Amino acid sequence: MTAFVWLTIMTALRVLRRNRLRAGLTMLGIVIGVAAVIAMVSIGEGAKRAVQEQIATMGTNVIIIFPGVTSSSGVRGSQGSAMTLTVSDALEMRKRIPLLTDTGWARRDVMQTVYGNKNWNGPINGVSPSYITIRDWSFTSGGSFTQTDLDSAARVALIGQTIVENLFELGEEPVGAVIRIKNVPFRIIGVLAPKGQSSQGTDQDDVIFIPFSTAERKVFGTSFIGSVGAMFGSTDQVEDLSQAVEQIREVLRGRHRLQTEQSDDFTIRTQVDIGKVQEGTSETLTMMLFAIASVSLLVGGIGIMNILLVSVTERTREIGVRMAVGAKRHHIMMQFLIEAMTLSLVGGVLGIGLGIAGAKLTTVIAGWPTIISGDVITIAFFFSLVVGLFFGLYPANKAARMNPIEALRYE
Amino acid sequence: MTSLIECQDIWKVYSVGDVEVQALRGLSLTIEQGEFVAIMGSSGSGKSTLMNMLGCLDQPTKGCYRLNGVEVGGLQHDELAGIRNQQIGFVFQSFNLIPRTSALENAQLPLFYRGLSLKDQRAQAAAALARVGLHGREDHYPTQLSGGQQQRVAIARALVTSPSLLLADEPTGNLDSQSSHEIMEILQALNHDEGITIILVTHELNVAAYAGREIVIQDGQILSNRRTKVFPPSSSVEVAPR
Repeated sequence: MTAFVWLTIMTALRVLRRNRLRAGLTMLGIVIGVAAVIAMVSIGEGAKRAVQEQIATMGTNVIIIFPGVTSSSGVRGSQGSAMTLTVSDALEMRKRIPLLTDTGWARRDVMQTVYGNKNWNGPINGVSPSYITIRDWSFTSGGSFTQTDLDSAARVALIGQTIVENLFELGEEPVGAVIRIKNVPFRIIGVLAPKGQSSQGTDQDDVIFIPFSTAERKVFGTSFIGSVGAMFGSTDQVEDLSQAVEQIREVLRGRHRLQTEQSDDFTIRTQVDIGKVQEGTSETLTMMLFAIASVSLLVGGIGIMNILLVSVTERTREIGVRMAVGAKRHHIMMQFLIEAMTLSLVGGVLGIGLGIAGAKLTTVIAGWPTIISGDVITIAFFFSLVVGLFFGLYPANKAARMNPIEALRYE
Repeated sequence: MTSLIECQDIWKVYSVGDVEVQALRGLSLTIEQGEFVAIMGSSGSGKSTLMNMLGCLDQPTKGCYRLNGVEVGGLQHDELAGIRNQQIGFVFQSFNLIPRTSALENAQLPLFYRGLSLKDQRAQAAAALARVGLHGREDHYPTQLSGGQQQRVAIARALVTSPSLLLADEPTGNLDSQSSHEIMEILQALNHDEGITIILVTHELNVAAYAGREIVIQDGQILSNRRTKVFPPSSSVEVAPR
């Protein structure tokens, strides 16, 4: 049996070598199909990874709580316009929810910053020191402010790369310099490492952080002391996020004395929610590309079937001779199936090579990140095998069902 | 001892459209082990149908055909293939070698379907080629061989399995007289030296003359059936003790 299979494979290869051009053209469909799958999936995976990395810049396992929406005489304000969340909410959360490893809070406003003869208009964030750690900011020089700075409403600031570029000369050290925000002098104690664009496309480095208490008392001039623009929490494990969200909801509803029929006056988002939207997009893209590639494989398979039918007809006499000398139906069947599978497998392997090359080329030329996963290669390999098997079945069966007498007489 | 071939009242009826064609009409025939038989007849006489039947490529519509005592009627496609592989060798008018495949591989073909190891296949096929005088031409392709040589490869393919029956359907029909003579010499030698039963279809009287028995078929029936040589050959006749 093994000798039979081996020799049949050799015969198949010889038949293909004999009709090199025809075999090549037949395989083309499979080659292109498989190459498309490999290249597309690699690009898709690369894009997904890039999105994941971008989401990770938010910090790990982050929960964000926004205040609800104000409504006066039916006119609604923008999201977060209500002043329903307070510092004491955040402190209560920290106290009552052990799942949260940390809680932070922040308020932001767009204001002018002046340094020397330069000025810049951008978001000023009054934050708790915990915010910096939750959002996973790191520093290129200097460091973060402390609880003491918060308690004493110290006039210290952390600035992002965009601020550095716009207010300081090249090579000038910002740490130690004094900038003025709304005419209040702040000493810079840290420069933040760049994070780049957020997944929404905003510049995350256009940012100045000052202690929340300082912002409240000296810069924003708020009439609602203690209210925050957003609260932040984080958990140790991603799996804990949803449970933590439920507990936060419970605590806040209790504190805000909401009745069961009233809806939340706040919104809770997690990093996972935001990630899902992004991943959903790239998933849709990958699925679509996969569909296109599948159509290509289908067409390739039909090509194989077509050429095999021609081959069966051309070799009718040969089939007759083989039957006359004792080939059983399964022998003939196997011969053509192996031929079909050889065609599709060789096509598949060429396609895998071409796909990898295509993905690499995309990285080099377009600069898109690509990830070539072994899974995809394995799947593509077996898929091409299955295509050969499936589309070879009909011609092989046709050959095996021939009447030996008529086959021998075929001109 | 049972005869190699026993046909009793064989009928073969084809229906071509609405018309029934009776290719064989109640033909009965017995052929002994070791005979060399020539079947003659005009085209359409039914001799090809008979050959197909004897070669287990086809089955009678009615009647009984026993090969080596085994009833062939009612066997399945694959069982017939097994019998052909084990017991029958075919030689065709148009050689029917597999194109672009070496002489050795062509001769190997029946052994391939027997499931022999590649080494055994090669050794036996090479021996068969040597037996028909093609030693040294194992790697030649059909296109590199003359008609007579191609037919010799076909004979090697037929005898590589040591069949009990060799069917030759106008083996010299496409050959010149010199090659024809060589082929017939080989067939006769196989019959004489190895006792292989040979059934030969031919139009030519001088080809039929190599055989020891001549059967003429007409309209699906045997017209004449006569021994032209003593059978069994006198050398091997056992004289019954008185």
